[in-house]
Amino acid sequence: MNHGKATRARRTTLPLHLVAWIVGAFILIPVVYAVLGGFKQNSELSANPFGLPETWATGNYTEVLASGSFWLQLWNSTFIAVATTVVTVALSALAAFVFARFAFRGRELYFTLFTAGLMFPFAVAILPIFVLLRTLGLLDNPMGVILTQAAFGLPLTIIILRGFFRSIPGELEEAATIDGCTPFGFFWRILLPMARPAIATVSVLAIVGSWNNFMLPLVVFSEEASWTLPLGIQQFQGQYASDTARILAYLVLAMVPALGFYAIAERHLVGGLTAGATKG
Amino acid sequence: MTTLTRGPEAVKLPAPAPAARRRGRWVTIALFLLPALVLFLLLVVAPMLVAVYSSAFKWNGFGGLPTDFIGFDNFTRLFSSEIFAQDLGHLLVLVVLSICVQLPFSLALAMLLNQRIRGRALYRVVFFAPYVLSEVITGVLFSLILAPDAGMANQLLSVFGIESEWLADPDTVMPSLFLVMTWKYFGFHMMIYLAGRQNIPNELIEAAQIDGATGWKTFRHVTLPLLGPTIRISIFLSVIYTIQLFDLVWILTGGGPSHSSETMAVTMMEWGFKRTQVGYASAISVVMFMLSLVFALVYQRFVMRRDLEGASTSMGGRR
Repeated sequence: MNHGKATRARRTTLPLHLVAWIVGAFILIPVVYAVLGGFKQNSELSANPFGLPETWATGNYTEVLASGSFWLQLWNSTFIAVATTVVTVALSALAAFVFARFAFRGRELYFTLFTAGLMFPFAVAILPIFVLLRTLGLLDNPMGVILTQAAFGLPLTIIILRGFFRSIPGELEEAATIDGCTPFGFFWRILLPMARPAIATVSVLAIVGSWNNFMLPLVVFSEEASWTLPLGIQQFQGQYASDTARILAYLVLAMVPALGFYAIAERHLVGGLTAGATKG
Repeated sequence: MTTLTRGPEAVKLPAPAPAARRRGRWVTIALFLLPALVLFLLLVVAPMLVAVYSSAFKWNGFGGLPTDFIGFDNFTRLFSSEIFAQDLGHLLVLVVLSICVQLPFSLALAMLLNQRIRGRALYRVVFFAPYVLSEVITGVLFSLILAPDAGMANQLLSVFGIESEWLADPDTVMPSLFLVMTWKYFGFHMMIYLAGRQNIPNELIEAAQIDGATGWKTFRHVTLPLLGPTIRISIFLSVIYTIQLFDLVWILTGGGPSHSSETMAVTMMEWGFKRTQVGYASAISVVMFMLSLVFALVYQRFVMRRDLEGASTSMGGRR
């Protein structure tokens, strides 16, 4: 708490840096261990867990990259995340538009129904969802995961988008209507482009939620061809239980997309994830 | 935070229109609302109702809806089960540890990174990074690091003469699990606190300092009370998350050794999918739901009441 005392600040920040470095080490050591470990032989991994590899054995990484399954899981994860986001945001935007800009009987009732959805934890419904998807023939089908994730994403997305749509002045809509805009035209050409920041927030939530989801794909996907990355990682660990270096390589490669996304869109990611959670 | 009752109604009723246009309006409303409503009713509301319904039956999950009605037998069996009692104990341990250790730790770091120190942007990026990684990646990584014999943690700590069985020992498995949770989640809480701190006008802090308050006193009597709403939300999120904790435990320990780290969600998945006693598993999920719901309502009514009038999650009937 030494704001505005520039002369003293220089000396007093040293302990702060020290603490930050220790915490930083706590965060980074596991990740660095994984990256370096992927380049080692298993025997070296237990003898020399921290140092640089004696010889940089790239075999673990190249074998994972050369295997079709890693790329297939990457594709499945990407496809499901993108599709989930598109479905969630599209359906929520339409509904939020109605909730924000139309007055009709039962509006608050429907809206309350959606907001009550925030109280339904996903884990509670997993068994009936499994039975339902089996009945609909959607097991081992990406649509089963996409639609379910989208359905559970609706409440928060609708709440955030409705809040944003409401903040846009009504005069704008009147002007557009006078110029001959249909409600959908106003929604599509004016409202959505204006709502870009809010859409970025809800998209981040949908993408990250889908990308990291484990429980739902775990029960829906039994065939290897449909596995997403989290499922693949878990299975890979089971398959190569004693081959630690190889598992580390797989882990590191699986981290790359998430960390890469984080590096590019850090501000959006942090903003979206924290704002999204606190709005719930 | 409040989303339900913000501001004046931004709704403009269109000018009185002929019947054809009014019908067109209703068609628009229906077309826009129905897709979301159908998906929500089918995949969220219906499964929730089925979960509650089937908890009163003996059911293996096959052949349409359950028929073998047994009333509250699943619940009486559940409440007399030792594993379920352990689940509740683990929940309590994790909640207490989170509130007493993880959140103060996050708060301290948020205060630290609120200082004008060089490189704080980088520290922030690093501290939040684990939150971006999936639970599965985190879990598998730490199951290797915390391996009992030659795991990296034991090798690192052997310098200090410390050795532990970590996740393999019933006595250390819960603290180890909590350690991993802290690694993954403290950055998230830290970011919430940072955002909350930045909403406090610096003038207030400076005024306190001009009045002669020391750093600690300023924190204790100015910053901390003003951060109250933020802290209460972060406790809320932490508890709700812990009630439903599944992924990390499933990957790290599977609930073991011998149920010593099992959570309600893990127990539910065991019974529901491995032993196909779906009715009994549904009873567990109903208890999970009730716990979340009761906690949310009580907490929002009594703890967060002043913070969020008309919170979207509360179903207290505020408009």
